[in-house]
Amino acid sequence: MAFIKVCTKDDLIPDAGIAAKVGDVQVALFYIDDEVYAVGNHDPASGANVIFRGICGDLHGELMVASPLYKDHYSLITGKHMDGKDLAIPVYPAKIEGNDVLVDVEAASQAA
Amino acid sequence: MSARKQTIVVVGNGMVGHNFVEKLVDAGLLEHYEVHVFGEEPRPAYDRVYLSSYFSGKTAEDLSLVPPGYYEEHGIHAYLGDPVVDINRRKKIVYSAKGREVHYDKLVMATGSVPFVPPIEGNDREDCLVYRTIEDLEMIEAKAKVSKTGVVVGGGLLGLEAAKALADLGLETHVVEFAPRLMPVQLDDAGAGLLRRKIEKMGVFVHVSKNTQLITDGEKRRNKMVFADGQELETDIVLFSTGIRPRDDLAKKIGLKLGPRGGIVVDDMLLTSDPSIWAIGECALHDGTIYGLVAPGYAMAQAVVHQLQGITATFTGADMSTKLKLMGVDVGSIGDPHGMTPGAHTYVYQNEPEEIYKKIVVSEDKKKLLGAVLVGDASDYGNLLQLYLNEMELPEHPDDLILPQRSGSSSNLFGPAALPETAQVCSCYDVSKGDIIKAIDDGATTLADVKAVTQACTGCGGCTQLVSDIVNYELEQRGVEVKKDICEHFPYSRQELFHIIKVEGIKTFDELLAKKGQGHGCDICKPAVASIFADIYNSFAMEEDKIGLQDTNDRFLGNLQKDGTYSVIPRVPGGVITPEKLIVIGQVAKKYNLYTKINGGQRIVMFGAQLNDLPAIWEELLAAGFESGQAYAKSLRTVKSCVGSTWCRYGVDDSISMAIKLEHRYKGLRAPHKIKMGVSGCTRECAEAQAKDVGVIATENGWNLYVCGNGGMKPRHADLFATDLDEETLFKYIDRFLMFYIQTADRLQRTARWLENLEGGIDYVKDVVINDSLGICDELERQMQFIRDTYKDDWYEAVHNPEVREKFRMFVNSDERDPDVVFVKEELTGMYRPATPEEKLKGIAVEVRPNA
Ligand code: SRM
Ligand SMILES: Cc1cc2nc3c(=O)[nH]c(=O)nc-3n(C[C@H](O)[C@H](O)[C@H](O)COP(=O)(O)OP(=O)(O)OC[C@H]3O[C@@H](n4cnc5c(N)ncnc54)[C@H](O)[C@@H]3O)c2cc1C
Ligand code: SF4
Ligand code: FES
Repeated sequence: MAFIKVCTKDDLIPDAGIAAKVGDVQVALFYIDDEVYAVGNHDPASGANVIFRGICGDLHGELMVASPLYKDHYSLITGKHMDGKDLAIPVYPAKIEGNDVLVDVEAASQAA
Repeated sequence: MSARKQTIVVVGNGMVGHNFVEKLVDAGLLEHYEVHVFGEEPRPAYDRVYLSSYFSGKTAEDLSLVPPGYYEEHGIHAYLGDPVVDINRRKKIVYSAKGREVHYDKLVMATGSVPFVPPIEGNDREDCLVYRTIEDLEMIEAKAKVSKTGVVVGGGLLGLEAAKALADLGLETHVVEFAPRLMPVQLDDAGAGLLRRKIEKMGVFVHVSKNTQLITDGEKRRNKMVFADGQELETDIVLFSTGIRPRDDLAKKIGLKLGPRGGIVVDDMLLTSDPSIWAIGECALHDGTIYGLVAPGYAMAQAVVHQLQGITATFTGADMSTKLKLMGVDVGSIGDPHGMTPGAHTYVYQNEPEEIYKKIVVSEDKKKLLGAVLVGDASDYGNLLQLYLNEMELPEHPDDLILPQRSGSSSNLFGPAALPETAQVCSCYDVSKGDIIKAIDDGATTLADVKAVTQACTGCGGCTQLVSDIVNYELEQRGVEVKKDICEHFPYSRQELFHIIKVEGIKTFDELLAKKGQGHGCDICKPAVASIFADIYNSFAMEEDKIGLQDTNDRFLGNLQKDGTYSVIPRVPGGVITPEKLIVIGQVAKKYNLYTKINGGQRIVMFGAQLNDLPAIWEELLAAGFESGQAYAKSLRTVKSCVGSTWCRYGVDDSISMAIKLEHRYKGLRAPHKIKMGVSGCTRECAEAQAKDVGVIATENGWNLYVCGNGGMKPRHADLFATDLDEETLFKYIDRFLMFYIQTADRLQRTARWLENLEGGIDYVKDVVINDSLGICDELERQMQFIRDTYKDDWYEAVHNPEVREKFRMFVNSDERDPDVVFVKEELTGMYRPATPEEKLKGIAVEVRPNA
């Protein structure tokens, strides 16, 4: 369990995403209602590292991001593909402490 | 959960064998079955149907039907280059050439077929070839290098395809056919005659009614063919394409029942004489027929998979209608093309100058379509096939089906209502109209629901409009009020949202959500609202609270490409560019190693820009006087122009100046979808203005204005809106027209679709714009004036505002670029293109693009 600081709160964009690199891991960070959500930046549907450039919001109340390439929706909570493809992106624990944004990339949970 | 998994062995990894495996995977059957696949060929299944494209540069990998890692990922055991040589049916064990022994519970024979070579003396000479596998093609290619002439024996579908391949390889090409016409099975004399003329025009020699008797040493060429009528033909290569024979050698060896002329006999369940063994594809003989096409093979695979799922399913034959592009000639054949059915009537349309031949065969009562032949123009094939397959009632005058649709007559034979339930609507996922209706009956109430249930529209997306039309139509039929709600977050249409935002003066998404919506929003409503804010307030996409609303293209002011890079397209008004600016584009592209192309919008696109480099690239372009081309935005794209009166001997007015004026007048104008314009200097219409949302054509007395044209997925000719306008009136009408469209269209609705869905049609729009019937013209003009007065170049803003500029980076905590974006040098052009997944995976030795 290792939370690592990746940026400050000011770097986050409300209701939008940015990306950070932790070692070799690319993380997409979304800032919604003063909470930060971290998921993998790699979109398995397209094979490109673009998740942070997607529009976030919710579908039927579940927070999600729409990949900008082919608009696949992934849950920001479970990482699962929400339109029925057998795909998922990893979800990482993330938090804001003071002005710091922290992510733990070792503790990824990947939905089956 | 202790039940042992059963084992299925698939013999043959061709098109049908692989399709069967894919269907097993998709049906979730791998939970219950372990699958072993044996293939004789050295590579996984590939697309034989597109085999010929191997000669036009496609590689074996391009043709592969099996994505890399597919079998491994699904735990399927695949043994390639290892044919099954024997089967012990009592012990249920297969034996392979390499000594593998695998026990099976169920076995599927998918061994395909081999080319049939007629028993002609000399048919085993070294230059006698066939056309079925990639190895065959490699052989043909090698032989062609040392040859001048090639003869294809057989003038059927495949023979003509093979002839094209030989011609493309630079050989003098001949086709020799035994019957008195080409494609004897599918075509009648007249259709075949036309096809023959077209093919001969391309330099291929056609010989019909020729019975080859001997192939022997030639004098000028390596071989000589001797025909029954005593004539001779010298050639280097002889390529046989005289039909196929089912591959039943293994089946014969193990004692399965075969047909009198070969083929593994199967019943309607596709079971062979051994109840543990199915046979599918071209090796199977069903009801006396071998199906030499893939679609019936896939249907057979489906039937077997259904049986494994416990669904009763049978195969009861398949339609053999075909549509092909043969040597660039469209050919279609449906049902009974020869009119052999008793009492049948035929209608023929023959257009000599345009080389089109169409024939339909209809039933005695003229109510049903029995068959059709199309040569030269097969665009009606899909519709005719639906009429035939579904036995739909024909229109009163059946010949309307093949007579050209001249202006004025509009046929609504094929709207969503007329389509039969079996009509395939989405070809990517094989979704029929019936599937969509079923989804609706099962509770789907929106397009999104239907997509989720059927997968329609989720492939190439090309069917979305049709699917949406069907969904709306079906819902209306059921008395469901079709919700025009933009999405689950707002119970309003785009048009309603536009008015709410305008009337209530709402300026942020949060405010709109709080007052009129629910939840957090999504990728549908957010960009739509961002576009409305831009229409009303001309707000900049990169304002802090607008960023999250933008589609990625608008957020980063470039078109996102498949690998995550962006394209850069500066504005080139009217397509006119100075030499100095051309040089700058060259310099910038060179510096950043971008891939340059003249695009379809009369300007230049640079592909492959990395996110981090975008501001620097644009800074250089701006410094040279370029502006953003807004090619990423739903806004005015380009105004295409022709040469015009300055240079062209026919030009009656200066189309170039007009195009440049229009482009500057409307640049940056955000709209529900993109807007394109064109200006032609005379009625010859070289700028294709009538294919644009707004088209302007010079006349002796001013300008004619056309609106609501479209290219793209569903082309539409623009309607003439007003004639002989002076410049001031022209601009006034366009201002009003565009603003009216912007305020009333649905999201992502081009002007063409908007007009088609507008009650009252073009006359209504004329009334609003020309006669001011709604009394809104002043306001429309004022709004346009405001947008023009407040126009700012997106890229100028982005480059010169440090806070915005800093947002163009891949990672917040590093200046690195995306390490997974890799470019390799393209041999053909010498420029850098994105590496393919295989190249990345295998680290293939290629020249990788350096950074700027
Ligand atoms: C670059 C260009 C192709 C080229 O190399 O020639 C192009 C490229 C794309 N076109 Fe196009 N279109 C290009 C000219 C055209 C034309 C020709 C023209 O404008 O005269 C058409 C047909 C005319 C028309 O629009 O009526 C055209 C009809 C489309 C359509 C279908 C629109 C429709 O109404 O059916 C789409 C899809 C869409 O917009 O929803 C599309 C979408 C696209 C997108 C943006 C797809 C995407 O979302 O990524 C492509 C971006 C590729 C990239 O990596 O940047 N492109 N596209 C052309 C850019 C012109 C420009 O400078 O603005
Ligand atoms: C040039 C060309 C163009 C065509 N164009 C069209 C078209 O436009 N439209 C259309 O519908 N159809 C077309 N076809 C026909 C289509 O390709 C076939 O219908 C289809 O490939 C049949 O699939 P299959 O799996 O039954 O046979 P195949 O694809 O031939 O696969 C059979 C496989 O089984 C292997 N095999 C045989 N015996 C054994 C064994 N004992 N052990 C292991 N493996 C074995 C074979 O090597 C082969 O790889 C075309 C064919 C060709 C050659
Ligand atoms: S037609 Fe347009 S959208 Fe399609 S691949 Fe070409 S550029 Fe892309
Ligand atoms: S045809 Fe429906 S998604 Fe391609």
